[in-house]
Amino acid sequence: MKICQFTNDIIASFNQQPDMLLQILIKIQRQYSFIPQQAITQLSKELLITEANIISVIGFYAFLHTKARGHYDLRVSHNITDQMLGSVKLTAMLTDKLSVQLATPRKDARVSVDLTSCTGMGDQGPAILVNGKPVVGLNKKRIEIICQLIESGTPVKQWPAEFFQIKNNIQRKDILLSDRSDNGAAIRALLKQGAQKLLQQIEHSNLRGRGGGGFKTGLKWRLCQQATAKQRYVVCNADEGEPGTFKDRVLLTTQADKLIEGMTLCAGVINSDLKRPCKGFIYLRGEYQYLYESLEQVLQKRRDAGLLGKNILGKQGFDFDIKIHLGAGAYICGEESALIESLEGKRGIPRNRPPFPVTKGYKAQPTVVNNVETFINAALIAIHGSDWFKKVGTEQSSGSKLLSISGDCARPGIYEYPFGTSIKQVLVDCGALNTQAVQVSGAAGFTIPVQYFGRCIAFEDIPTGGSFIVFNQQRDLLDMVKNFSDFFADESCGFCTPCRVGSSLLKQLIDKVHQGLASNRDLDEIKKISQLMCKTSHCGLGGSAPSSIMDTLAHFPQLYQQRLKNMNNEPVFDLDAELQQARQLNGVDNV
Amino acid sequence: MSTFQIFYLNGKPIPFKQGETIMDAALRAGEYIDHLCHHPEFRPHGSCRICMVELDGKSVSSCTQPAIANTQVDSSSDEMIEQRRSLLQMLFVEGNHICPGCEKSGDCQLQALAYQNKMLSPHFKHFFPKRALDASHPDVIIDFDRCILCELCVRASRDVDKKNIFCVDGRGINAKLIINSPGGKLGNSHFSADDKAAQICPVGAILPKHQGYDIPIGKRRYDQQPISEVDMDNQEKDQQK
Ligand SMILES: Cc1cc2nc3c(=O)[nH]c(=O)nc-3n(C[C@H](O)[C@H](O)[C@H](O)COP(=O)(O)O)c2cc1C
Ligand code: SF4
Ligand code: SF4
Repeated sequence: MKICQFTNDIIASFNQQPDMLLQILIKIQRQYSFIPQQAITQLSKELLITEANIISVIGFYAFLHTKARGHYDLRVSHNITDQMLGSVKLTAMLTDKLSVQLATPRKDARVSVDLTSCTGMGDQGPAILVNGKPVVGLNKKRIEIICQLIESGTPVKQWPAEFFQIKNNIQRKDILLSDRSDNGAAIRALLKQGAQKLLQQIEHSNLRGRGGGGFKTGLKWRLCQQATAKQRYVVCNADEGEPGTFKDRVLLTTQADKLIEGMTLCAGVINSDLKRPCKGFIYLRGEYQYLYESLEQVLQKRRDAGLLGKNILGKQGFDFDIKIHLGAGAYICGEESALIESLEGKRGIPRNRPPFPVTKGYKAQPTVVNNVETFINAALIAIHGSDWFKKVGTEQSSGSKLLSISGDCARPGIYEYPFGTSIKQVLVDCGALNTQAVQVSGAAGFTIPVQYFGRCIAFEDIPTGGSFIVFNQQRDLLDMVKNFSDFFADESCGFCTPCRVGSSLLKQLIDKVHQGLASNRDLDEIKKISQLMCKTSHCGLGGSAPSSIMDTLAHFPQLYQQRLKNMNNEPVFDLDAELQQARQLNGVDNV
Repeated sequence: MSTFQIFYLNGKPIPFKQGETIMDAALRAGEYIDHLCHHPEFRPHGSCRICMVELDGKSVSSCTQPAIANTQVDSSSDEMIEQRRSLLQMLFVEGNHICPGCEKSGDCQLQALAYQNKMLSPHFKHFFPKRALDASHPDVIIDFDRCILCELCVRASRDVDKKNIFCVDGRGINAKLIINSPGGKLGNSHFSADDKAAQICPVGAILPKHQGYDIPIGKRRYDQQPISEVDMDNQEKDQQK
């Protein structure tokens, strides 16, 4: 099909709405492997958005390009968990065999290879996205076959099915994963009790957000209910970008019904007078695009069963429906206000607060943003009551938490635990031996050394969004620190000075330490920049980016000390490095 | 008329109306808080972070934070000055700033704030980005080397000139200002030297052509007096008019 025709059709299918820009771009990218200039011009005319604006949106998302990628576009997951499973060597093998450079498509345009942030397959890595579809369990043999398939021009659809088989790896179930309630049970409870009673249940349950922030869900819903509105919105945060997390992937795969049930419940509560329209979105990270079809099917099945759409379960005026919006490779879009910007089709820059999304969110209307797991828990509370929920967990952290366990352990996968479970217990259960440290809550989280393994997973002790990466004694934790500082420099949205510049400065300095070229002065510098970022960043990304650095400096100072080139406070001068530029300019290597 | 409440900026009482930001209230009271991306005529942006203050010990940006009654706001401690200095140094090393030869020297808010906060060197490692100069427009030149991404031109062109000529592309350290025109050159856009966006750049990134060094270096706005005094004097004059 001609670009112009294709673009027109896509624009028409989205009713020519400018806030659908990102969704439209994703479709064009998928068709052409980039966004051709012709399409940009056309979009600009039809959507009344400037070309520069469209280009700036493309430039924000890692999965969108203005230049053609290869016919086979490969993105190797570059998280520390992939690296621990050998991804660095496998990537080298891949680029070697395909004779392609990272980030530059091969001359014949057949293939391009890139690195990408964690793809959410930490329990079955190393992983790679092939034209957006995840291939897991990479090893030498698989790389060889992939190279053959690419060279022979085999369509991805005809690749061996087992490459794409994603396992759920559910290792431990508690109240959430073992629940077998009927579809619609939570909505029936809502209709029976009424919105106010139900909201009281959610409040009484003390349910707190499972996405990492831990905000009280009942309070969030109440604030949204009380805010003046033309319309209200319910948004599910399925961006799951935190390195090492994959529990939302498993929930979206196995519990989609209950998630949608929880969102519908939320709609019924925040829009209790049923006087205004209420709409929902699932913001699905681009890496999980392969789940789009199955989620659509669940939505349709529920519409057919009267659980979604107009007059839900026969209740006049209880109208609520959900659209799935895709992300396109931007960790910051997990931050709720950036997510809303992205839903509106824009660059995912976090907003200034106040106002908070509960009063001014999507299209400046009251909006609830909750994590996948939070919505499912809300549905369970509606069904079984808040007392049932509070029986599990601790006083201050009721209920259970799903952990995504990866790294050095015999049985990686999903573990659901009551809050209050100790790190030690978790390590025993997943078969971790000789553990040196655990990184809890991802790159933005905490590095927990052995002496703290008695501590517990709980909001009042060690809070977590669910990432749990195990490092044994053989690992060099500085590899992790380096991986995370690269990650934050890549993922900083660039809006505010301390994070935009600081994350790149930190990356350089950590590289310097890693290469054994740093001095004590560099360590002081690292501390200073870290503190500045924590204190002055506009959002949580910049605020938490230095956390693994600060933690390892505190608990594992020898990691840094043993690598210093110069123990004094003098700056290290590397003559060779300084001369490098002169050599290049002169084209000689003996300067 | 709504009643005023009070907060304290470095010990001085500052009256404010419900909903007003710390910055707006302070400026109205004739108290300067260092800032770069803020401009009283535009909605608060909050990106440069130079205006960070401590509100009862909590770090907030004064251009976006609504004032709270009876709180203590600190912007003048040594710690605050050091913090601003580091942020300014970051802005310096991120671009390529040529103060001694810059047409804006002495008129530049970045440079003036650097003086005010006793910045003696850029301290951090320079990034030395490669950014091409755009001299395609007949009346105005853009030197991206000196752009600090305050987005004032973006906002002015969009909200006042209604031309939407500028926007920020890329992310992280690769974020950059781009121009809406065929080929991305300013000369091919509808930009005019009379635009609000042409007057608003706080640094020497957007400069008028055909004039240079009319006022000698050393005799310019911020050469004689610190920016806090100059800007407050100007505001007073504006108010008297
Ligand atoms: C940089 C950053 C990334 C985030 N990523 C996610 C994410 O991937 N998923 C998520 O649920 N919350 C994420 N959050 C937290 C959200 O901003 C928000 O607090 C959460 O979606 C609220 O839902 P909850 O209360 O149910 O946890 C992130 C926050 C920050 C600062
Ligand atoms: S802290 Fe980082 S991610 Fe957050 S707004 Fe600032 S630059 Fe963007
Ligand atoms: S050109 Fe000037 S006004 Fe525009 S963003 Fe850069 S520094 Fe700000």
